[in-house]
Amino acid sequence: MKADPKGVLTGSHFMDGDHACCEGALAAGCRFVAGYPITPSTEVVERFARRAPLVEGALFIQMEDEIAASIAIQGAVWAGKKAMTVTSGPGFSLMMEHIGLAAMDEVPCVFVDVQRGGPSTGLPTLPGQADMMQARWGSHGDYEIIALVPNSPQECFNMTIDAFNLAEQYRVPVMFMMDECVGHMMERVVIPAADAIEVTPRRYTTLPPGQYLPFKPNDDLVPDLFKAGDGYRLHVTGLTHDYRGYPNMSPATQEELVHRLVNKIRLNAPKIWRYEEIDVKDAEVVVVSYGITSRVAVEAIALARKQGVKVGMLRLIVVWPFPEQKIFELASQGKALVVAEMNYGQMFYEVDRCGRGKTPVLLAGHGGGTVHNIEDIAKIILEAKKCRS
Amino acid sequence: MSVVNELQKASLSPTFTEDPGKHPMDDFLRMDRMPHIWCSTCGIGVSVNCFAKALEKAHIPLDQVAVVSGIGCTGRVAGYVKVDSFHTTHGRAIPFATGLKMANPKLKVVVFSGDGDIIAIGGNHFINAARRNIDITVICINNFNYAMTGGQLASTTPEGAVLSTSPYGNYETPFNLPFLAESVGAVYVARWTSLHIYNQTNSMVEAIQKPGFSFVEIIAPCPTIFERQQKFGDGLDRLRWYCDNSEINNGAHTRDADIHLTNKIIVGKFVDVERPTYLDQMNAHYQEKLGSRYKKYEG
Amino acid sequence: MTVRYREKPFGLPKPETPHGEIVIIEDRCKGCAFCIEYCPHDVLVISKKFNIKGYHPPEITKSEMCINCGFCRMICPEFAIYTYETKTGEKP
Repeated sequence: MKADPKGVLTGSHFMDGDHACCEGALAAGCRFVAGYPITPSTEVVERFARRAPLVEGALFIQMEDEIAASIAIQGAVWAGKKAMTVTSGPGFSLMMEHIGLAAMDEVPCVFVDVQRGGPSTGLPTLPGQADMMQARWGSHGDYEIIALVPNSPQECFNMTIDAFNLAEQYRVPVMFMMDECVGHMMERVVIPAADAIEVTPRRYTTLPPGQYLPFKPNDDLVPDLFKAGDGYRLHVTGLTHDYRGYPNMSPATQEELVHRLVNKIRLNAPKIWRYEEIDVKDAEVVVVSYGITSRVAVEAIALARKQGVKVGMLRLIVVWPFPEQKIFELASQGKALVVAEMNYGQMFYEVDRCGRGKTPVLLAGHGGGTVHNIEDIAKIILEAKKCRS
Repeated sequence: MSVVNELQKASLSPTFTEDPGKHPMDDFLRMDRMPHIWCSTCGIGVSVNCFAKALEKAHIPLDQVAVVSGIGCTGRVAGYVKVDSFHTTHGRAIPFATGLKMANPKLKVVVFSGDGDIIAIGGNHFINAARRNIDITVICINNFNYAMTGGQLASTTPEGAVLSTSPYGNYETPFNLPFLAESVGAVYVARWTSLHIYNQTNSMVEAIQKPGFSFVEIIAPCPTIFERQQKFGDGLDRLRWYCDNSEINNGAHTRDADIHLTNKIIVGKFVDVERPTYLDQMNAHYQEKLGSRYKKYEG
Repeated sequence: MTVRYREKPFGLPKPETPHGEIVIIEDRCKGCAFCIEYCPHDVLVISKKFNIKGYHPPEITKSEMCINCGFCRMICPEFAIYTYETKTGEKP
């Protein structure tokens, strides 16, 4: 369905990634944000606090900590709203328990992590990309989430809408992994008219109370949702539960439920994967990158090409579920892979794993705090070319 | 099958042959999950019974009620009541309830959880929700320990009590929950014991109907853990103790509502004041600041 | 049943004392004995029999003394006992 025009600020704007993310959320129909201030994500909630009173049905509440924020949004989802919370590294760590709860109870919501230098308090005002593994594995237990990474304020706008749409489609918490650079850079953001924006509506059940089972999946492994107050009078728990939502402490139920939660994303992964390929066809080396690093990598590739290396780039847009097939394809074609990321190796391990040893995989990483130097990435590209032969 | 057939014949007079129908609270309970897990002589079942009666007395349609619990013995309440119920993470029932209420202000949201869940791990959320006067009702069943995990010391455990993490007796000073609730701005504060069933029910009715953050503390026996560790007996012995050692003092100052194992427990309705709720304040404020550009938030 | 009055009312209709029939759902009982302890007319006692869970459910001794006060219904943690007013059908 089309976006609700009340939340869409149509026009051409000059704004930073954080602000664009807020506008994306409003355009996607998000009407509840619970947040807690943390650099560099604060601007998202600051803008939402300013916009919410003027958008009908929108509410912003600043909670007392990230733990409260991450579960308040789930309460709002069960009451029928689209909800989002925003944080950075330290807050993301606090939210982990509730990301697990959202995955277990299949709550469609968006967690925005504007990554900064870590670990711990780290570099509050400087970029990092070291939360990527945490987005996937941070909470305890087996579960799967979807994670997207934008690389410009325009993408922050567009991909926030995608994040909400994916959350509704797969009834899963979606991690929106920005970084401080993309969050704080100001660029042109074009917001189209509301009827040009596709928004996935929440899939509520059409069955009457008594017949509807809240955790009984449809053919795509995703159950329909219900809303508190509509007369269904159902129970939702974080304990392992059966189709009715009732706790059921048995290995058979665990197997059925958790396997489905994991398969819901794994089996639908080919439909979720998104990446961008630049000059990959004839490349001998492919640089795999995401976020702000991809913008530096583009320059590095141009430099390396001048130096005579046939190099291309694979920019990851949906990072989780990881595009295993694509990486395997590239590795099988004998292309050496260079993973450029602002950490000491996170998606590098995924790329290495998916390459299955068919090709050398090198890391062009550093601790964060600043973007890569073009020369540093170019150096690793040359090394990769040497490794290949 | 009629329940009458389950009875001993002696319980009915020879001329009484009608089917009395089912238990009056059966419609309120998830009968497909009964029997519940609470121990014999535990006080939680009594409070659930009173809560069912309170909803009936307050004439609140069950479709509009949402019960949110945390983790623990009292946290299991959400699983047994046939309303939209949510069994959330440990200590976080109150922010979940906040999100639920803010997104749909027409819901009557009741947080039913234990003492450790609400005031220890959930302490921060409790004080902030009370400060903001979020329109929810918090019913806290205080059994002075973390019973579900085997009886550990809680922040409400009275001094001297022996529990698994205070094996030589508790030397910490416990919280005085009504005092805490009043000081952080709760508009309705009451404390009763499991024995005071009519008072408990009436307090629950008042708390649910009152707009704003209402807090009802219920002192309940925990026979398997607390009473056994103190070598006190079972829940019935504790109820008899409540009969002799509790004093109803409505309007007492919450400062005096400390609990010691050797003193009397003060029970009653301590606080009942008026204060605009969070949404009232928000709507009034935005109306003033933004005038006609602001449309009143109704969910 | 006989009820004592402080003074004899003049020509007024005799007040109706409610009378309740007690329904015990024995297999739900967990033998807590709250209802037995707190019945105002001591209508219930602990029986010698066992229910399906192995507890002793209550037993009704003086069923004519039940006045349908509903205390047993409200204090039972297991929802195992309730009363039913014979004339009006009220379940307190």
